[in-house]
Amino acid sequence: MDRRTFLRNSALAVAGSGIAAEPWRIAAAQATPIKIGLMAPLTGVVAAGGKEVVEGFQMFWDSVGGEIAGRKIEVTVEDDAANPDTALQKARRLVEQANVHFLFGNILANTGLAVANYVKGNGTPYFIPVIAADDLTQRARIPNVVRVAGYSASQTPRPAGDYALKQGYKKAATISQDYSFGHEQCGGFCQTFTEGGGQIVQQFWHPLNTADLSPYLGQIANLGVDAVFVMETGADASRFIQQWSNFGLKGKIQLVMCQNATDQSVIRTLGAEAEGLVSCAHFAEGSPEPSTQKFVADYEKRYSKLPSIYGFSHFSGAMWVAEAIKKVNGKVEDREALLTAVRSIELSNSPLGKTVKLDPYGNPIYDIFVRKVARRSDGKLWNVPVSTYPSVSQFWKYDPETYMKQPSYSRDFQGIKKT
Amino acid sequence: MSLFQLLNGLTFSALLFLVASGFTLIFGLLRIVNLAHGALYLIGGYAGYTIAVKTGSFLLAGLAAMAFVALLGGALEQGLLRFVRAAELRQVLLTLGVAFVLNDMALVVWGGDSFTVPIPSALQGAVSVAGVIYPKYRLFVLLVGVLVFMFLWFLLNRTRLGALIRAGVDDVEMVEASGINIRRIFLTTFVLGSALAGLAGLMGGAFLSLYPSADAEILTFSLATVVIGGRGSLEGAAVGSLLVGLLNNFGQVLFPELAYFVIFGPMALLLAFRPLGLFGRTA
Amino acid sequence: MSGAPMKIDAQLPTASPANGWIVLLGVLAVGLALPALVSGYYVSLGTQVLIFSLLAMSIDIMAGYAGRTPLCHGAIFGVSTYAVLYGVSVAGFPLVTAIALGIAAATCVAAIFALLAIRTSGVYFLLLTLALGMIIWGICLRWTRVTGGENGIRGDIRPAFLGGNVPFYYAVLGLAAVLAVVMWRFVSSPFGMSLKGIRDSEGRMQSLGYNTNLHLFLGFTMSGFFAGVAGAAYALFNNFVSPSTVALTQSVEGLLMAIVGGVGTLWGGLIGAAAIILLENIVSTYTERWPTVLGLTFIFIMIFAPEGVLGKLRAVLTRFRN
Repeated sequence: MDRRTFLRNSALAVAGSGIAAEPWRIAAAQATPIKIGLMAPLTGVVAAGGKEVVEGFQMFWDSVGGEIAGRKIEVTVEDDAANPDTALQKARRLVEQANVHFLFGNILANTGLAVANYVKGNGTPYFIPVIAADDLTQRARIPNVVRVAGYSASQTPRPAGDYALKQGYKKAATISQDYSFGHEQCGGFCQTFTEGGGQIVQQFWHPLNTADLSPYLGQIANLGVDAVFVMETGADASRFIQQWSNFGLKGKIQLVMCQNATDQSVIRTLGAEAEGLVSCAHFAEGSPEPSTQKFVADYEKRYSKLPSIYGFSHFSGAMWVAEAIKKVNGKVEDREALLTAVRSIELSNSPLGKTVKLDPYGNPIYDIFVRKVARRSDGKLWNVPVSTYPSVSQFWKYDPETYMKQPSYSRDFQGIKKT
Repeated sequence: MSLFQLLNGLTFSALLFLVASGFTLIFGLLRIVNLAHGALYLIGGYAGYTIAVKTGSFLLAGLAAMAFVALLGGALEQGLLRFVRAAELRQVLLTLGVAFVLNDMALVVWGGDSFTVPIPSALQGAVSVAGVIYPKYRLFVLLVGVLVFMFLWFLLNRTRLGALIRAGVDDVEMVEASGINIRRIFLTTFVLGSALAGLAGLMGGAFLSLYPSADAEILTFSLATVVIGGRGSLEGAAVGSLLVGLLNNFGQVLFPELAYFVIFGPMALLLAFRPLGLFGRTA
Repeated sequence: MSGAPMKIDAQLPTASPANGWIVLLGVLAVGLALPALVSGYYVSLGTQVLIFSLLAMSIDIMAGYAGRTPLCHGAIFGVSTYAVLYGVSVAGFPLVTAIALGIAAATCVAAIFALLAIRTSGVYFLLLTLALGMIIWGICLRWTRVTGGENGIRGDIRPAFLGGNVPFYYAVLGLAAVLAVVMWRFVSSPFGMSLKGIRDSEGRMQSLGYNTNLHLFLGFTMSGFFAGVAGAAYALFNNFVSPSTVALTQSVEGLLMAIVGGVGTLWGGLIGAAAIILLENIVSTYTERWPTVLGLTFIFIMIFAPEGVLGKLRAVLTRFRN
């Protein structure tokens, strides 16, 4: 569905405005629509994810009839083409021309950072369910940027590090895409793993979209490690899983995958090579939790596919902000009040089924599942939870202020504890 | 370096050869740097993928990919490039425009998900090669690369068409002056080159997967290969793809920081000091 | 071996200096009036048009006047953007120093490229500059310690008095006007004439005693200088830079702008930049298929109007006069 169709449908979905017994001035203000600017990469290498961002977002607003607190919701979708310069242009257009009340979206870290830098200057609220750059809710947090329904990069791999220790793995390697998201995810894993006595033998970094991963697989096979932490997204993830299997390494060395690598967006076009892969995530589409199953069923009915993190995060993000809008009675023009409301919401009816809230730094606290890729009864692959780490924040078990004194994760600093 | 890494480099080189051989023939004879070649690779891969999934036959998929992209190439040559003959730069930039359109249309038709062409069961799994466990399919790609080289060598050196192509690479005016219908040879060459790109897309799609920016990536490798090897030369395409494939592989293992420099550095130096590359000949 | 000089435009008469000043003042008047006519967002769009017309014009110096079509000026432009943002955000230099650093960096990169590229022409020149631009992109992508890698460098470098859309627009308008005049005088100067002579027949120029290599080297380096100034302005415009700014697409779009406006006309850069940026703005309101529209534009121009808008206009006017 393109943007204009969506706008038209939203308008059609609205019932009568039905505002009664209000002073005429406020009624007039509240009768005008709430304008949301949603940016997503609809072209370029993450185009599939971008489309799902829009789908998840749309699905939520349609489920509430396109209206919150008596005001119509008007979403303007812009393609950021997975390019920060374009993202800035579109952000400017949304804020300065379309006069949106707040911004949502983006997938690639650098597009998110560019837009965050822009809104820092003009105070527009910006909600980022997918942008996972740690520092946006840690050392470089911006008051009007809130990670609703999202997670910070190093948050989910920490339980993975602990899980690896509990499985008895002593030596591990990491392979990752070489950019900040990869650095932060690996850092989270490595710090927990080494603090628990594990050893990181070697770390492999490769550019995004490395067609041929065989040079790395060859080296990994000869390292003598028990397990490999795999930080891949998108096409790199599909390729890794297939090439790992083609080279006969599946089952020989254990894999601990990152959340993105076993996401629906990757596994839905894969086969047996993906079965049994373990990862840690806050969302598992195969979770038996009733609200998760309802969300998954609704999503599958509407879009003929199982929801990925992109669809799920933006559905939940929209839900979150909708609750906040209700809390401020639709007065989104008061940015301070809206942001305070967003930060104070405890979302109880999200597809995760458990109540989710933000920590004081603007990042959610989740129960993180250890999940496995399994076949559903109809043969489709999905992630099923196996065990749970309750209430994991972006700071794991560390004290936030102490933690933030250590450097941000990077190629050079991976939190590895020297023995 | 280990046999494993050597095989990795060689099998990647074989794929590059499939793409670069068509590219160099077009560049050599028509003098067009076909910047849409990567898009042809990608569309060939997607089309082959669709057929492979529908029919379960890798062979049919290969034929379909080649046929479909050959048609596309023919349409491109006759429908568009024809209007800008004898204006090389205009042709190059026109192919760039075509690349944008094809890439976007592929996104519309197949979507942005990453697809992998299913490997036929006979080629799945691994075999032992001098003590190293190596995937059968990648060895198959190497074999196909060698076979295609032999086929093209035969075509260029033992057939009349090949003789005309080689003559045209050297001196187009002479060939035209001797009364040969050069337009038909141009079209045939372009179609052949496109078919090779389509085949490469299918073969590459099985171990490197297909996704929206795969066309730009394979194009940059092909450019480097053809520049290093020399325009219009089959041997050049072979040597160029060996060098680029092996450099890329070992570069990733030894100097991951310099990944792009390892490919574009030699390309730039050659262009600056020996634009003909290793095997190219003056026009 | 160099191919024959590649030029896209036909031989067109250049406008007389008096006409040129009239047109320039006319355009400037429109430019000055713009903020009164349109809203804040469109003013920032206007700023973008001005910055990119400078890029397109710098490309035209090589493509149109020296007859060598480059695909690296986006990288040169972006090097300046990186240097300015690095200078202020990371190294803590004052803004003026950082801007000087940016322009100097871009000029140096252009000089290095020129040393390697001037002996080639035509398609080989195109490919070589493409490869050199890719090397710059690779460095910006992988040298994370300095360039920030994928994440790039961000900052808040615009001085407060240029903070709003309108003040910044006027500053850029002034800069663009000055720079455009400098470029115009540059290509109309005897040096510019000799560049055109080299474009038309390098052999003849050499036999006349010109050091063609030196001319091309200086021309290339100067075009890099101008691209660098545009890049510095871009740093102030966006407060952000990432590898996309130096990617091949930047060079391709810049070249397309020069071509649409008219290669060899210099002012075509302004027309081309306005056309492409406005077209993108309109098209993306209705569809996601901007790449297709861009590609079709490329194809259309190459087949029907390779001399671009201004080129066609001049041809029509010449025919009219005759």
